Amino acid sequence: MAKAQDLIFLSTQLRPIDEAQKVRDVILKGAPKTSYVVDEPSPFTVRMKAEVEANKHTISLVGALHGELQPLLPMGALEPIDDVAASLKDRGIPAGLMDLGKLGTGKQMYIPWMQATYVMVVNKKALPFLPAGADVNALTYQQLAEWGKTMNEKTGQRRLGFPAGPKGLFARFLQGNLYPSYTASMVTEFRSAEAETMWNDFKAVWAQSNPNSTSYDFMQEPLMAGEVLVAWDHIARVKDALQQAPNDYLVVAPPAGPKGRSYMPVIAGLAIAKGAPDRKGAAELIMHLTKPETQLITASEVGFFPVVNATLPANLSPGVKLLAEGVAKTQTAKDAVVALLPVGLGDKGGEFNKVYVDTFQRIVLRNEPVRATLDAQADVMRSIMAATKAPCWAPDKASEGACPVK
Amino acid sequence: MPTSRWLPYLLIAPASVFLAVFFAVPLVQTIVLSFDGGTAGFFGNYQRMLGDLNFNVSLRNTFMLVLTVVPLQMMLAIGMGLMLQKMQRGRDVVLWIWTIPLGVSDLAAGLVWLAILQNTGYLNTFLFHLGVIDGPTAWLNSETPVTLFIAVAVAEIWRSTAVVLVIIVAGLQLIPKEFGEAAEIFGASPWQKLTRVTLPMLKPSLQSALILRTVLAFEVFAAVYAIGGRNIPVLVGEAYVWQRDNQNYSVAAAYAVLIMVISLAATAVYLRLLREKPEARA
Repeated sequence: MAKAQDLIFLSTQLRPIDEAQKVRDVILKGAPKTSYVVDEPSPFTVRMKAEVEANKHTISLVGALHGELQPLLPMGALEPIDDVAASLKDRGIPAGLMDLGKLGTGKQMYIPWMQATYVMVVNKKALPFLPAGADVNALTYQQLAEWGKTMNEKTGQRRLGFPAGPKGLFARFLQGNLYPSYTASMVTEFRSAEAETMWNDFKAVWAQSNPNSTSYDFMQEPLMAGEVLVAWDHIARVKDALQQAPNDYLVVAPPAGPKGRSYMPVIAGLAIAKGAPDRKGAAELIMHLTKPETQLITASEVGFFPVVNATLPANLSPGVKLLAEGVAKTQTAKDAVVALLPVGLGDKGGEFNKVYVDTFQRIVLRNEPVRATLDAQADVMRSIMAATKAPCWAPDKASEGACPVK
Repeated sequence: MPTSRWLPYLLIAPASVFLAVFFAVPLVQTIVLSFDGGTAGFFGNYQRMLGDLNFNVSLRNTFMLVLTVVPLQMMLAIGMGLMLQKMQRGRDVVLWIWTIPLGVSDLAAGLVWLAILQNTGYLNTFLFHLGVIDGPTAWLNSETPVTLFIAVAVAEIWRSTAVVLVIIVAGLQLIPKEFGEAAEIFGASPWQKLTRVTLPMLKPSLQSALILRTVLAFEVFAAVYAIGGRNIPVLVGEAYVWQRDNQNYSVAAAYAVLIMVISLAATAVYLRLLREKPEARA
């Protein structure tokens, strides 16, 4: 149980019991005395809001994804931490990541904590069915569809898989991988001709995807069950499969479209709650968690990778090593395009995701006409951008004022 | 004595205060929230709800589930209750077994049925051994809406028929034996006895059971969510998604208000249809 005098570190990351225990026993070793408390994203937001509204503060340090920290800003739950940022200048956190931590303000609102991305996991059983001339490390979406088709014909089942279930991260696939690979954009070119081509291509991919995809939350389960042979997901959500049978799988970069091989880095950040009972302790904890040693321990224990300049040790467990290689392949692909997590959407992040998922649902699942659907959904997107006044983020070109939807 | 006049009010005060604080206040807050449309105006949230691509589907699914599940449950419960009444021995044991699902949470019940019906579940294993199917067959995804609907309906019937059964059994016990015996003496067939004596005497229990089950059925969610995820959207599920995923509490509140209005309307209909005319009781 949390003791009253301990610093409370509330996190939406590393929630499963064994991961949380690793945080307590290994990662936080040598840090100021801390109660590590985890919560799901939605109750997390509610709790932060409640503390602000009741003006009764128990939480000092907050650890959450970029997109989960963002809604805390408008509700006034975050404390600017430029002083902390200044004291860890020598850690080598890339400037781009530090900028994300400003959440569109002039001040540092969070410090990058750890990073991950989305990759494709390939069961080696699928390799014989690769289309002629295709390189598994440099696939295109058309080749993925073709591959799925051959697997379907040869194994009698649709073996591609996407986490499009209620808790799956499918919206990130559409925003971070699919859209920018075809349009070099996430928002501005939402209803472009390229987007139309993209949806038609993706329909062919979906036609070879396991029909249970709309129920998958974590792809490691259908991968381990052998239901799916090729899957896209967040590295933390395929880790169990890779650790259980590292010899059975490859981790490769997601497919490319005409505009490149887009990927979306995921950033978890550490923020100090406004009115934190122990601001000093929280700042010390941030220093501890961003030490290169701690970052390496974090990578090998839980499979989230360093944000600081640190070389991964050679003795990583085989599963984590596969992930590290997969992430490296994704980030260093010749045609790599970086798509950033949405910035400046405040509490509209959920509705932003909904635009993509609704579009998918209408075009792919309900077979509505592509052009008309894109036009209608672009209106919804426009109203979100207008309401939040969020300027464009990569890969869209910087904008004056709200990011336009052409 | 003045105290005796106030005593009843004093005794109901804790319950009333409790309900007012934990029910009426959030209710009013929800209604206020649902009309707080920001720039979109007074009915903005309702417009968004009505315009959402899942609204019609979830409304249709919810009504279809209620209209399928509740009548089947009523028939099953009446049948089971009548059979229990005829039992001489072991009646308590059977009643006890039949009411086990009462003790299972709806989410757990959903997960039980998921374990049975999923690709690698018990049903497929059984069918595979019988040679009916030659591998894992999917029953619960968006491409198999019919089997998905049946699965959810079966789970709901399994889970919540016991509530109806308990009410019906209690009602049956209140019917004096003499009525049935009198009907027999006048030569009534078993069917006539059921429709002319038992069911009319059971009306108050049927009314309570119907209201309770229908209101709960409109709130169906956890079992559906466990079995079908969002492949079979229902109203409460949409409220949950708007609140949790889309983080728009106002549209979620609009859904909540809609569900409340539907439940109240259903209750009013039952109260009217099954009303006991005062003279009929004399």
